[in-house]
Order: sequence, then structure tokens, then C-alpha cells
Amino acid sequence: MFMKLIRILFRNIRDSFKSIIRNFSLSLASISCITITLIVVALSITLSANVNNMTKKIEEDVTIVAFLDVDITEERIQEIGEEIRKLPNIQEGKEAIVLDDKESIRKEMMESSDTYKEIMQNWEDRKDNPLKDAYHIKVVDINEMNKTSDAIRKIEGVSVVKDSEEMVDQLITVFDGITKGTYAIVIALILVTAFLIANTIKITIFSRKREIDIMRLVGASNMNIKIPFVFEGLLLGVLGAVLPIVMITYGYSALYTKFDGQLFGKFVTLVKPEPFIFIVSGILLLIGVVVGMFGSWRAVKKHLKI
Amino acid sequence: MDLITMRHVHKVYKNGVTAIHDLDLSIKKGEFVFIIGATGCGKSTLIKMLYREERPTDGQILVGGIDVAKIKNRKIYKIRRKLGVVFQDFKLLPKLTVYENVAFALEIFGLPKAEIYNKVVKVLELVGLKNKAKQYPTQLSGGEQQRVAIARAIVNGPKILICDEPTGNLDEKTSMEIMNVLEAINKLGTTIIMVTHDTEIVGKMKKRVIELDSGRILKEYQEGEYVHEVN
Repeated sequence: MFMKLIRILFRNIRDSFKSIIRNFSLSLASISCITITLIVVALSITLSANVNNMTKKIEEDVTIVAFLDVDITEERIQEIGEEIRKLPNIQEGKEAIVLDDKESIRKEMMESSDTYKEIMQNWEDRKDNPLKDAYHIKVVDINEMNKTSDAIRKIEGVSVVKDSEEMVDQLITVFDGITKGTYAIVIALILVTAFLIANTIKITIFSRKREIDIMRLVGASNMNIKIPFVFEGLLLGVLGAVLPIVMITYGYSALYTKFDGQLFGKFVTLVKPEPFIFIVSGILLLIGVVVGMFGSWRAVKKHLKI
Repeated sequence: MDLITMRHVHKVYKNGVTAIHDLDLSIKKGEFVFIIGATGCGKSTLIKMLYREERPTDGQILVGGIDVAKIKNRKIYKIRRKLGVVFQDFKLLPKLTVYENVAFALEIFGLPKAEIYNKVVKVLELVGLKNKAKQYPTQLSGGEQQRVAIARAIVNGPKILICDEPTGNLDEKTSMEIMNVLEAINKLGTTIIMVTHDTEIVGKMKKRVIELDSGRILKEYQEGEYVHEVN
């Protein structure tokens, strides 16, 4: 029984290769159809992944800056840090809340220009230093940032709170729109391809109605008839996915290397090729296979009804 | 023992045409039966119901113990495996060789390659086409193509061989060659039911003959009773 199944499997694989070659022009039509759509799908995925990546990077970089009172004690600074950490919508980890104390701000400014150096060199004691200590705080959801800012503002010892400017907000809204738009395009494309492939395969199968009729005549069960066609659809899907996969694998890596991972100066950081290209290749292969098999299945089913 | 039994079979097509009207018929194992009659007498419908291409509107059709009328669409293959069918237009796959056309019927069942080879060679020998196994149907004459179709129909070793006008496209000499092949198959124990309008052949073969008219049996002739009348 097992041997029989193995034989049937191998025969199906062999026959699907044979019949793709025998019905070459129609097979080529199906394969091209899959290839073209998968290329567009690959481009869309690449675009949306990068836009998404950019959005995330910007979101991560958006911080609330809380300036503290000038005469605040070091003890109170620590307490305020703890209080901020307890608020909702604050990211976890040490990096999320960073203290920029007045001493390090002074040093930084002194290094940046001689004028500052002259003015500031005598502010050695905390009391002499008129600058304000500041906390840089990262939030989880930037849409909730205003509420978080308000909460921080209410903490005793906090004098001024600055959050991200309106522009960043808008930029992120636009990026969000682009990401959602590309997702919609990808899904629509996949559906259209499935439909197109189903139709192309339907034509392929229609041209082989005679073969199906004869198979029925010599006693093939519906499964016997369907399986070779579904295998063929699978194979068409795999063949159709080859070119897009090669393109994404080599093309994207080359692009990444060429621009050193960044576009428009340092404004846009590209998604690293690994594991990105493998994931995309996997998705492309899966779409090709599923769509090919499904298309065949649907198309042959139509011919099995009497 | 009866291999095929038909009881009170009616067939009315959707357009209202009655093709078969209250037909009773039984065919024994190993018989060679001709079904004749004018065009539209219901002879094609009759055999189409045997291999369940058509379903009777009423009545019972037993083929090898299975009630063909009640069999579900997706179980049709069960009945098809018990019988072979040969048509006027051969129904060969032009892109497959003679060998592949015949092997096609066995490969579906997942038989080992060696077994397929043995069986195919054996039937090709029986129909006299062993030396043409590697040719394509288009390279063969009509008679040869029909012999390939017969080989495919019997390679499974069916109990019944149904022939629908197998000589319809062939000249007299070639037709007789086909009849000789069919007779040889019949002698090996296969029951043969053949629909034809070529009464000359029927006269020569001296087999049981059933004459249909308007969906009813007009007359039945036992072996040797039928005489071909030259008009």
C-alpha cells in the first residue's frame, strides 16, 4: 500500500513535468502570470516593510523631554525618575528614561564652542549652574504622548515638558497611510493573481478536457484526476516564483550594499537584507504554490461535474 | 449467470424525448451481443447507461451485481473499472505514444512499472500492434488507432467490453480486422456488447442480435439467426 502511494506520487511529479512541457504555451502563460504578479507583490512588500521600518525608527526616536527645576536636589531627581517610570505608556528598560544632568549639559556645551567655554567654566558647583537637568523619555504609543506629557508636567519638581512636534505626528500619520495602502495593494494583488491564475489554468484544463474524459472513462476516480492537475498547479506556482525570488534576493541585497543601508542621507534606514529577503522569498513561494494549487483545484473541479 | 440485467428501464431526456421505453434485457457472461437499429432508436443511450454516462429515469440496471442507476457521480469510477469502452472516434491522446496511451489506464492505479510493461505488451500483441508501440496515434491508420483504443479498453482485464460504433469510421476490410480482434477478445472470456448500424458485419458475425426501435426491443435474434438483407 505504501509503495503504491509512493509510486503514484512519483508518477504525478513526473507527469506534471511532462504535461507542463507538452502544454508549453499555456504553461508559460500561467507561469508568466504568476511571475509578474509576484514581482509586484515583492516590490510592494519591500516598499511597505521599509516604510514601516522608517515609521518605527522615527517613533522610537521620538522622546518627551522633561526639564526639572533649577534648584532641585539630586535626591529629588532620582525620585522623579522613579515616578516617571511608574506612569503608563513609558517604554521599559534603562534606555527609555535617560537623565541628562546639568553638569553633562554644561560640559557638552563647553566643548561645542569657545564662547560657551568662557562663560561656563566657572559654574563648577550645581548651585552656580543655571541650566536645568532634563529627562529624555521614550513612550510606547506616540498617539498617547500628550496624556503622558501632561502626567509628567504634574510631577513636583518638573518645570517644563516638551514633546514631539506636530510635524513628526503628521509624518507618522502619512507613513502609516502608506503602509496600510501598500498592504491593501498586496492583498488585492494576491486576490487578482489567484483569479487570473485560476482562469489561465482553467483554459489549460479546458484544452485537456479530452484527457480528463478519457481518465474518467478508464476508471480514474475524481481524486486520481484532480491530484495530477493540482501537482501541476503547484509546479507552475514554484516555477513562477523563481524569478521574483532571484530578483528580491540579489536585487535587494545589491540595493542595500550600494546605498550602504541608507537613502536620502541618513533620513531613511533600509531594512537589513537578512533575514528580510528569506522571509519575502518564503512568502512569494507560498503565494505561488497556494495560488497555483488552488487555481488548478477550482478549475478541474468544474470539469468533474456531470 | 447474467452479467448484465436491465429491468423496466426508462430514459427520458430533459428535453422530453423518450430514448428508452420500459426495456428488459439480460446478457450472460461471455456473450457477444450486437445492438442495432435506425439512428435515434436509443441504442447509444442504452449502452451509455451501462457505463453510467447517462442515468436511467426509472428502472434497474445491474452490471456485475452493481446497480448502476443508483451509483453516485463520484463513485462512477468503480463501475468504469469493471468495463472497457471503445468509441467510433477512438478517443486517444494525440500527444502520447501508443504504449503510453495504453499504459495510461494502468498508471492511474499505481501499478509497478514492470507490471504495467508486461500487461501493455501483452495487449498490444493481442491487437497486433506490438511493433508500433513507440509511434504516435497520428502516425497510424484508422484501424490501427481503433486497435490501440481496444488495447486500452481491455488492458485492465475488464469483464465487459462496450463498443459504440467501433467500425463507423473504417472501411469494410479494416472493419473486419477489428471484428476479428474483438472476436479474439471475446474468446478469452470478455463479454462484448457492440452497437452498430453496419448490418453487413452483424450478418457475417452470426452472434446474438438485439434490434431496437423507438426505445423498445423490436426483435431479438439468437446466434446465427440474423441474416443481412441486401437492399
